[in-house]
Amino acid sequence: MSDTATPATPPGAGPKAIVLAHGTVAEALVAAVDLITGRGDRFSPLSNQDLGAAEIDALLRERVDALGARVIFTDLPAGSCNFAACRLLKDRPGLIVVTGVNLPALLQFATRDTASDADAVAAAVERGGSALRVLTGRPSAH
Amino acid sequence: MPIDLYRIDDRLIHGQVIVGWGQPMNLGFIVLVDDEVAGSEWERELYRMGVPPEMGLFFASVDEAVARLDEWRADPRHGMLLTGDVGTMRRLTERAPAIRDVNVGGIHHRPGRTERLRYVFLSPDEEQALKAMEARGVTITVRDVPSARALRLGELVGAARTA
Repeated sequence: MSDTATPATPPGAGPKAIVLAHGTVAEALVAAVDLITGRGDRFSPLSNQDLGAAEIDALLRERVDALGARVIFTDLPAGSCNFAACRLLKDRPGLIVVTGVNLPALLQFATRDTASDADAVAAAVERGGSALRVLTGRPSAH
Repeated sequence: MPIDLYRIDDRLIHGQVIVGWGQPMNLGFIVLVDDEVAGSEWERELYRMGVPPEMGLFFASVDEAVARLDEWRADPRHGMLLTGDVGTMRRLTERAPAIRDVNVGGIHHRPGRTERLRYVFLSPDEEQALKAMEARGVTITVRDVPSARALRLGELVGAARTA
């Protein structure tokens, strides 16, 4: 595909989703999305580094409200990031939380500008899940 | 098999617990002792949703934990008991003398606390509560993940620095 076939990034689109993960994972994933597609600005990365549960909750709540974000990606199902995100589901109807995030999922989400949140998330989950696969080499004849 | 680990961690169930400790321990069940969580159907469902389905998960107030501790200690699976704060663990150990070892796994920054380690901040009251537990014969060690060196409480308090 040539560069000219890539849809242009709508100006001022801003973040559509928050990526909340351990350590520097979110920042690194978003940087990789930007490197590959130039659409890192679709995401706002957050880390739980050195924060207790209440502080993670507060940080995420503040960022969701500031951005009006309707989608949150987290890394571990049983992680503090995911529990914080799911806690927001209680009083934020329409919010979508996706856990187990990986780079293929974010790339797919970032390039679905015209899709609804639910459709973009569904496509991201499909792509992210199917990207995890085992590849093995053919045994050597020698 | 007794409960293998009694841990204070203000994140309660999270990655270090499920993966960092859970996998090497072959963790079969978690007892989460927290009055607020035990009283909230929403919070209980939240944690159930995130924990691997094969792992047992029990919620208890301090009173319920005291009453059921022997039952959990008789469970053939490897278990971990978690509290989210020092005060809850102190109340539990005062009423359950079978608890002889407590791991401080994570108490994060909050106003009024002083940094002791990157992942341990203590208020004067929390420090006194830990010392009181130790004075009653409970061994307090500080370690976030199994691969880290376990520090004794004395080393921790001696390592105070400005937050």
